[in-house]
Amino acid sequence: MADTNTTDRLPPAVRTEALESLLTERGLVKSEVLDGFINRFVNDVGPMNGAKVVAKAWTDPDYRQHLLADGTGAIKELGFAGPQGEHIVVVENSDDVHNVVVCTLCSCYPWPVLGLPPEWYKDPAYRSRMVREPRTLLSEMGLDLDDDVEVRVWDSSAENRYLVLPQRPEGTDDLGEDELAALVTRDAMVGVAKVSAG
Amino acid sequence: MDGIHDMGGMQGWGTVAIDPDEPVFRERWHGRAFAMGAMSMGLSGTNLDAFRHGLERLHPYDYLADGYYGRWLACAETLLVDSGVLSPGAVEARARNLMGEPVDDPADVEENKPVYERGGAGSLREIDDEPAFSPGDRVRAKDIRTGGHTRMPGYIRGRTGTVHALRPAALLPDTNAHFEGENPQHVYTVEFDSAELWGPDAEAATLRIDLFESYLEAT
Repeated sequence: MADTNTTDRLPPAVRTEALESLLTERGLVKSEVLDGFINRFVNDVGPMNGAKVVAKAWTDPDYRQHLLADGTGAIKELGFAGPQGEHIVVVENSDDVHNVVVCTLCSCYPWPVLGLPPEWYKDPAYRSRMVREPRTLLSEMGLDLDDDVEVRVWDSSAENRYLVLPQRPEGTDDLGEDELAALVTRDAMVGVAKVSAG
Repeated sequence: MDGIHDMGGMQGWGTVAIDPDEPVFRERWHGRAFAMGAMSMGLSGTNLDAFRHGLERLHPYDYLADGYYGRWLACAETLLVDSGVLSPGAVEARARNLMGEPVDDPADVEENKPVYERGGAGSLREIDDEPAFSPGDRVRAKDIRTGGHTRMPGYIRGRTGTVHALRPAALLPDTNAHFEGENPQHVYTVEFDSAELWGPDAEAATLRIDLFESYLEAT
């Protein structure tokens, strides 16, 4: 509740326990159902899904084309779908264009391919600055871009979710799909890093 | 509404650090609050847009004090109390009891879930109307000011851009959040130049953002 008392706040861990106690007592939730829900996001849904999508796009030109034309469909082909993935648009980085994704109004994020957003994505500094000074912020986060690269910032303000298809690093021609997937990071698929050959 | 959540372009927040070893849930309660937050929409008979508006309605201190999962927790409580599933003060009373401070649970209240028509699962909808705009059209974001929910951030208001793409139609969060109907609309990705948004000294960049048809007007 909107409680503006800033000195006598109850610890959120206790309030969480209290809410769970009230809801289970009323038969509205079961603790095992909460466990299952949590475990799904800890173990099954995460950036390893997006990494498989990227690695396939790097090695299969037809799939890449399909992915860029119909992100949701191509991603579903690999078995990834669900909440916060109703319509996924894949945007491709190149030598000339660098894409980066933010949600200034909350923290919208493509859960089926990246899992839950990391703390930095939800940080007010990221949400406020990425739309206003993306080059400076990317540089502070460790990614320096040449002046002639166009920076394209996507503010996910409706129900479309964006996944960045990073550039395949040099020197990876002899790697297979699984080895490539192991190189792909969450940060590269949001657009705050590049993929390196390891 | 012009709330703490509308962060695009705010200044003074400092820098961003990436923790490469961040776990999915840093603390046990984060996962519990996330799960109950997600379930609170169904339990309160509301929807995703009402949930987002619930986050926006938190006092700015509460929005920030316990981070992302802190606001999910507070929002779940807000929706459940608004719908009469829990009484005001029920969570606090239970928490005080758990901390060894005996207090009485408040009496149950009458359920008061919103009654409204839903057009199906999710947010995307098929509509027959012709889109008002096409890729390449110049459009201006209207100067919309509302105390309610909207997905048009303040930093776009009154600014002129170019339609980049037509996206699938979707229900309008501005009315759906308040249980006033879905009003499905076309959605466009609109491109703005950084100088149009932040002035002539802005860093060179392109901003693309998804906007509902009723947020836009032809220039």
